[in-house]
Amino acid sequence: MLAYIARRIALALPALFGLVVLTFILSRVIPGDPAATLAGDAATPAQIADIRARYGLDRPIMEQAWVHMRQVLSGDLGNSIFSGRPVSEDIARRLPATLELTFVALLLATCLGIPLGLLAALNHNGPIDHLVRVLSVGGLAMASFWLAIMLQLQFSMEWDLLPLRGRMDVPLGLPPRVTGFLLIDSLLAGRGDMFVDAARHLVLPAVTLALPGLATIARFTRSGVLEALQKDYVLYARAAGYGRFRLATIYVLRNAITVTVTQIGLLFGALISGAVAIEAVFDWPGLGTYAVQAILSADYKALLAVTLVVGVIYAAVNVLVDVAQALIDPRVALQ
Amino acid sequence: MTALLDIEGLRVDMRGGAQILDGVSITVAPGQIMGVVGESGCGKSTLLRAMLGILPRGATARGRVMFEGRDILPDQAAQARGRIGFVPQDPYLSLNPTFRAGDQIFEIMRRHATGTRADHRAKLLDLLRAVQLPDPEAALRKYPHEFSGGQRQRLLIAAALSCEPSLVVADEPTTALDVTTQREILGLLREIARARGLSMLFVTHDFGVLASLCDAVTVLYAGRVAEAGPTRAVLDAPTHPYTRLLLACHPDRAVELAGIPGTVPPATAQPSGCRFHPRCPQAQAHCADAVPPLLAITEGRSLACAHPEPALV
Repeated sequence: MLAYIARRIALALPALFGLVVLTFILSRVIPGDPAATLAGDAATPAQIADIRARYGLDRPIMEQAWVHMRQVLSGDLGNSIFSGRPVSEDIARRLPATLELTFVALLLATCLGIPLGLLAALNHNGPIDHLVRVLSVGGLAMASFWLAIMLQLQFSMEWDLLPLRGRMDVPLGLPPRVTGFLLIDSLLAGRGDMFVDAARHLVLPAVTLALPGLATIARFTRSGVLEALQKDYVLYARAAGYGRFRLATIYVLRNAITVTVTQIGLLFGALISGAVAIEAVFDWPGLGTYAVQAILSADYKALLAVTLVVGVIYAAVNVLVDVAQALIDPRVALQ
Repeated sequence: MTALLDIEGLRVDMRGGAQILDGVSITVAPGQIMGVVGESGCGKSTLLRAMLGILPRGATARGRVMFEGRDILPDQAAQARGRIGFVPQDPYLSLNPTFRAGDQIFEIMRRHATGTRADHRAKLLDLLRAVQLPDPEAALRKYPHEFSGGQRQRLLIAAALSCEPSLVVADEPTTALDVTTQREILGLLREIARARGLSMLFVTHDFGVLASLCDAVTVLYAGRVAEAGPTRAVLDAPTHPYTRLLLACHPDRAVELAGIPGTVPPATAQPSGCRFHPRCPQAQAHCADAVPPLLAITEGRSLACAHPEPALV
């Protein structure tokens, strides 16, 4: 098992290396001159050349790539061209907001998607099955920024049930920062009111973000369970007198869920990129809004760093997914 | 001696009109090993599935399946489970790959055997030794893919015995195994049945298996009993043309290897009269009209044929 985990991690490293190279190349082939943007509209060619020299943008591209690679490996993501602050600081401040949103969305999608998919499969071609199918097609088809605005209109503006934007009501202040996750930090600070407020702020963005994932998970669980139900070992277990409930849930689900778990890993990438749009709508102070700013101001250092951090998280999640699969189905570790 | 299992007039119909079994009657005495033979599609597996309450969706069973003096058909055999052990056809596919072997058997015992978990464990270890599985303690913690096919079948035999059944039903339990393993498993089944006084209902299409294991045999054709009787008598002097032809297909028994022309009819389009008549060399005009009843002939044998060979007095 440990050898398997080590192998999965080793396999993730070349992917990350590829990511660093690729993002660097992309940042240089996209149109727009960061030096010119930074210098402003009224800058003289001499000022632009000066900025270019200061950031090493005048060096040969291979040398720049080499410098970039060394910096990344030593954990130095550079300073933001725009704000001048270290990019790693900016990211550390904003990442927890995005992760908190993403995790809650993933939790929602998983905890609702798997039971829904299971119910649909056990009720194959029945009313619940049709309902779940409609729901999952709808969940995938709906544009999330539109859904976000509709939810805001209904739940915040019309009914005034949930907050419109942000992570926390301003008058409440913020709990002392420990993890950066407001739900956890407010609990650590013993502030129930803050926890409730943070949770209320999470509802609409998390629901919006979770819906496509929920649809995907429900669909894959449904087809996985339907497939597992056809297996000989299910027939055998029925003949041997397994309990109906146990058979339908644990016995079948454990086999069906390996496909779903793979999807959860892939979904995580979609969730983080989806968070960019949703953070914009809900004014969520996360990595998404930061990335949008970086794009608009041609802050390639910030953009590279955001891409890299998201890539590392994605790779880490997928290693976890591989490990989870091996725990669910011991044959996986042998392949 | 009263029968342990008395299947009487068992019919299985599929939604849409297909008829898989039509009035099958089989009696198994305590300690008796009954073989059920026939080509694929004759309803052998359906017979077992009806008994075990695992018919496919859309199938309905009628008739009576008396087991230990009670009809187990209406409640889908629920109460009889544990008293009927089941050995499936394919040991490779019949265990859930994601659960430990021991846990899968404990789950059956938890539902149907008396005693505590510790009792079950001791019991199962005894059984694993009885089926000659090496290192039973370690086997409980292993996953199915860590066993060979023969070992898995030994596990499944232990599972079938785990709730102290009086009857074991087996669905071609050796067909998925290689020849040497087949012999070992058959030997094991015979030994266990003898030692524990178990009755067995053993589905096979292998006459070699039949001859070496079974006391009596029922020949099924297209959902009906063609012929039944003590194994020796039936194999030495088959009376139904189908049995004769079936035996002639067996390389060990036939002087000249023959085949049976045609195939088993689909369950949706059963021929009228005797269902074997389109393929039967003895068939006469009236065979297509009248269903030959299953009649007792001699020494515990019964036959459903209007033109048996050799002609009976």
